[in-house]
Amino acid sequence: MTPLLSVPVAADFVAPTVDYVAVLPMLIVFGAAIVAVLVEAFAPRASRFSIQVGVALVGLIAALGAVGKLIVDGTRVETAGIPAADGTLAASIVIDGPAIFLQGTILALSILAVLTMTERSTDGGAFTPQASAVPGSPGEGAARRVGLVQSEVFPLMLFSVGGMLMFPASNDLLTMFVALEVFSLPLYLLCGLARRRRLLSQEASLKYFLLGAFSSAFFLYGAALLYGFAESVRLADIAAAITGTGRPAVVGQDGLLLLGIALLAVGLLFKVGAAPFHIWTPDVYQGAPTPVTGFMAACTKVAAFGAMLRVVYVALPGARWDFMPALWGVAILTMVVGSVIAIVQTDVKRMLAYSSIAHAGFLMTGVLAIDKIGISGVLFYLFVYGFTTIGAFALVSLVRDAGEDGVGGEATHLSQWAGLGKRHPMAAGAFTLFLLAMAGIPLTSGFMGKYAVFSAAVSNGAWVLALIGVLASAVAAFFYVRVIVLMYFSEPSGSASVVATPGVGTLFAILLSVVVTIVLGIAPTVLFGPAEAASLFLP
Amino acid sequence: MTPLLAEGTTRAAIGAAEGALQQGAWLLVALPLAGAALLLLGGRRTDAWGHWLAVAASWGAFVYGALLFLDLRSLAPEERVRDLTLFSWMPAGGFQLDAGLLLDPLSLAFVLLITFVGSLIHVYSVAYMEHDDDRRRFFAYLNLFVASMLLLVLANSYALLYVGWEGVGLASYLLIGFWNHNPVYATAAKKAFVMNRVGDFGLSVAIMIMFATFGTVTYAGVLPNAGEGSTNAMTWIGLALLLGACGKSAQFPLQAWLGDAMAGPTPVSALIHAATMVTAGVYLVVRSGPIYEAAPTAQLAVVIVGAVTLLFGAIVGCAKDDIKKALAASTMSQIGYMMLAAGLGGIGYVFAIMHLLTHGFFKAGMFLGAGSVMHGMNDSVEMRRYGALSGAMKTTWATFGLGWLAILGVPPFSGFFSKDGIIETAFATGEGWRPWVFGMATLIGAGITAFYMSRLFFMTFQGRKRWPAEAHPHESPSLMTVPMIILAVGSVALGGFLFVGGRFHDWLEPVTGAVEEHHPVIAKYPLMGLTLVLVAVGVALAWRQYWQAEVPQTAPRGSWITRAARKDLYQDDVNEAVFMRPGQYLTRSLVFTDTKGVDGAVGGLAAAVGGLGGRLRRWQSGLVRTYAASMLAGVVVLLLGVLAVRG
Repeated sequence: MTPLLSVPVAADFVAPTVDYVAVLPMLIVFGAAIVAVLVEAFAPRASRFSIQVGVALVGLIAALGAVGKLIVDGTRVETAGIPAADGTLAASIVIDGPAIFLQGTILALSILAVLTMTERSTDGGAFTPQASAVPGSPGEGAARRVGLVQSEVFPLMLFSVGGMLMFPASNDLLTMFVALEVFSLPLYLLCGLARRRRLLSQEASLKYFLLGAFSSAFFLYGAALLYGFAESVRLADIAAAITGTGRPAVVGQDGLLLLGIALLAVGLLFKVGAAPFHIWTPDVYQGAPTPVTGFMAACTKVAAFGAMLRVVYVALPGARWDFMPALWGVAILTMVVGSVIAIVQTDVKRMLAYSSIAHAGFLMTGVLAIDKIGISGVLFYLFVYGFTTIGAFALVSLVRDAGEDGVGGEATHLSQWAGLGKRHPMAAGAFTLFLLAMAGIPLTSGFMGKYAVFSAAVSNGAWVLALIGVLASAVAAFFYVRVIVLMYFSEPSGSASVVATPGVGTLFAILLSVVVTIVLGIAPTVLFGPAEAASLFLP
Repeated sequence: MTPLLAEGTTRAAIGAAEGALQQGAWLLVALPLAGAALLLLGGRRTDAWGHWLAVAASWGAFVYGALLFLDLRSLAPEERVRDLTLFSWMPAGGFQLDAGLLLDPLSLAFVLLITFVGSLIHVYSVAYMEHDDDRRRFFAYLNLFVASMLLLVLANSYALLYVGWEGVGLASYLLIGFWNHNPVYATAAKKAFVMNRVGDFGLSVAIMIMFATFGTVTYAGVLPNAGEGSTNAMTWIGLALLLGACGKSAQFPLQAWLGDAMAGPTPVSALIHAATMVTAGVYLVVRSGPIYEAAPTAQLAVVIVGAVTLLFGAIVGCAKDDIKKALAASTMSQIGYMMLAAGLGGIGYVFAIMHLLTHGFFKAGMFLGAGSVMHGMNDSVEMRRYGALSGAMKTTWATFGLGWLAILGVPPFSGFFSKDGIIETAFATGEGWRPWVFGMATLIGAGITAFYMSRLFFMTFQGRKRWPAEAHPHESPSLMTVPMIILAVGSVALGGFLFVGGRFHDWLEPVTGAVEEHHPVIAKYPLMGLTLVLVAVGVALAWRQYWQAEVPQTAPRGSWITRAARKDLYQDDVNEAVFMRPGQYLTRSLVFTDTKGVDGAVGGLAAAVGGLGGRLRRWQSGLVRTYAASMLAGVVVLLLGVLAVRG
């Protein structure tokens, strides 16, 4: 009879030292998430919603403050857990320039996202009162009548943000996978919580979950193959194995490397929404509650591109000639598919979804520059795109059907946006600004973002990518401007729509997005400096 | 190609401006410019006294100009060319251009003409425009014109000249269309502006070629080196400058705007479209003399343009019944004389400028006289409704009569000296057919001039009265008659004053170089006699037809040439047929190409992209199994892509 547990505790186990200050942002967010779960369990129903909002905001702002301290201190920590001599507890988290920049961006954006999620001023908010109820059933109606509130969105969202903070800071593939799942699983749930059009929302949730699981499997399998190649999941070890300077790779194992890279890439490309792995995007963006769509569109993109940057720049530079052609193809396809299909969309959320696909393609041109200015360009682009997107979706959540009993559900059909410029000049003006920024019109932040990534691509020989990017931008400008024309120069034709009066949170989110979009369009150096300073990965 | 002017000429070198008087020459331009600015910015507050401010600014410029003139005259002739650098204007890398003024006998002759005649016309306008609500604006424009014109003649580079050139064009446009509530007048202003643009284009091309050839556009940099440039370049510069001169001076083929420009108030016609602005082309050609001397073809073109225009204008003048249009045709013709003389070079320069000065006096005087007649005749311009006005407006009649004698070239009036000089020079310059052809043109022109000017004079002041009963012709106030009297004095005496003893010839010598007279192909005195006989014949014909005989109040149909002349020898029709219609066709075809070709291509592209989008959209079936399958396909393609690179 062998003991079930015969392995003795290693005598030479050395507890990893943890630089708590460096990982404080993540700790705060996860801590807040756990507190939020407890609040959900124990707080009385009447005050639960406001306590949740308070916990989420305090947690996120505190985490942002912790990031601010890292920036002020100029902290660069190679590893959060200093490995023991044999490296069993490998350095799993790295806090370097890009990680700090991206964590700050994610936290800032998620604060705005929380603010948009608190919007309840018109019809009880964007979320269903009871997720488990069958749409349209008497149970749902009853839940609505008694004023049930779905306040789980806040802990779910905090977990998701925590995962997003971890994703671009992961220093090995396993940590990265864990982070991926931590931020994805809550998102799947959040997508199914829309108050109206429940079926569409639940369908979106399920689709996202199925396809997300599918892509995670590819990611995990890719990680396994790379481990087979390098005998390590650490990014630096993989890089060393590729160049042959580290642990000697087994000769003839290149197949493992190539397949591993490709499968790993599938997981990342799925998350950023690159073609042909973009296909979930429109359905999910349309079905999810609009505040969640804004959060997902902005923050997921930041986190996933951060991780992609890290993998490409830290683990795989030695193999770049192997995967670059394939990723070029993906980037081109993404830009073309996103821009072209967006033209024929009639739903504003689907249009913005395809627009986000096109933007993923533009961002990839910066990633594929394989250069320091490519990194800073992508960082800048992610920041400005995130704010524009949150603002745009916040506005989408305000344009409502004019029902008999005041404001109804969201009026997402484009025909309902006709003539909005005359009836609601402020809302139409802000949306116009966001559209112009997405189109990359000068004096908006979007122009500087595009300029940054395209010029990085051109200066590193990827002028073909930049050229296609510019052409795709021209196509994209068409559908952005079409909405502007619709708002200002068309008579209303579809069913009537009104702009709901925003609550303080949404209003603040929109105003801040407007300010960021304008300021970074006029004085981009305010952010270019930090982005450039942050554009150095530590192995 | 033999040059029209073979001998080299020596011109005075340029010295720097010295002394406070010369250093302050910018005041000449600044005074009227400040006047214009004050009146335009001051608005209605300056209505009460604004016109007197403008008059003062103009007289101030004249006094300063006169002082400068005396200053230069006190210097030795070879020191009379002074350059005054004002400020660094276009510091562009290797191209450095300073804004500066050139004070020399030529520019000062113009300064005196512009400020003196201009000031007289300012005074005249005070009374003439008395009942106009916008008199202040009118004076602002007049000041603006004087400033621009002074800048034009004082500039020390072609670039600065161009500024003045555009300035006078602007002022001319504003003043022709001063009564722009009348659409016809507004159209006339536009026509003048557009035709001037054609000429300005020529001037700008000339400046560009100059820069390409010499690397500079200052007179000091271009003119002394003109002989060293290639003949080809000089010819192109010369022709392009000529195009500019034709536009501004209403020379063939850009003459059509001048007649319509009479839509402006009469003082404007006197100042801008008789005495000063329209002579800018002559100034340009004389100033660019060295360029033309290095480009005989261009020089010949100048002479031809002058000859054609002088006959053209004279013929048109014979048929016009509108007193201002008849005078405009005469202006065109007289400038043709000047242009021809300027093209002849040598002594021709002297006579061109001398005729320009005398013409400035007698033609301005006659225009003011015409204005005075209109003033007394309820603004009627129809000469067939005048007749026998000599009794009603004696001063006008007398001053106009002196101008008439001057333009006829009757000795000893002003025009005799200058015009006879031109005729003589035309007969004396060049070899072979040229003296005969150009000489005969000037001679015949003199005869026709005598006819149409006498016709104008007799129809207006002599014969029987034809005015309607409600007209009460009366003499104008003294504010109007005094300037006319002063100009009449010039009409009588200026020519003799300038000619006798070679006074003007010597004065201009630092600019034109020393010139010697040639012997005309017909001896001097028989030629003079012949001219006078032709003039007498012209006057006699006009006397028989328009004084002795009854003048019908409605114009008879007339011969084909009369009808053609009434229609300005079909110049508008030619322009319409040759430029306007093809231009419109070109525009229409461009619009067609744009809508069908460019827009079609763009629209087609957009439709293609849209169609592609529509097709790709079907990919989005909404079925999660399809999505998963397409992802799997993507994975396979990606794997193959990665492997293919290595393979």
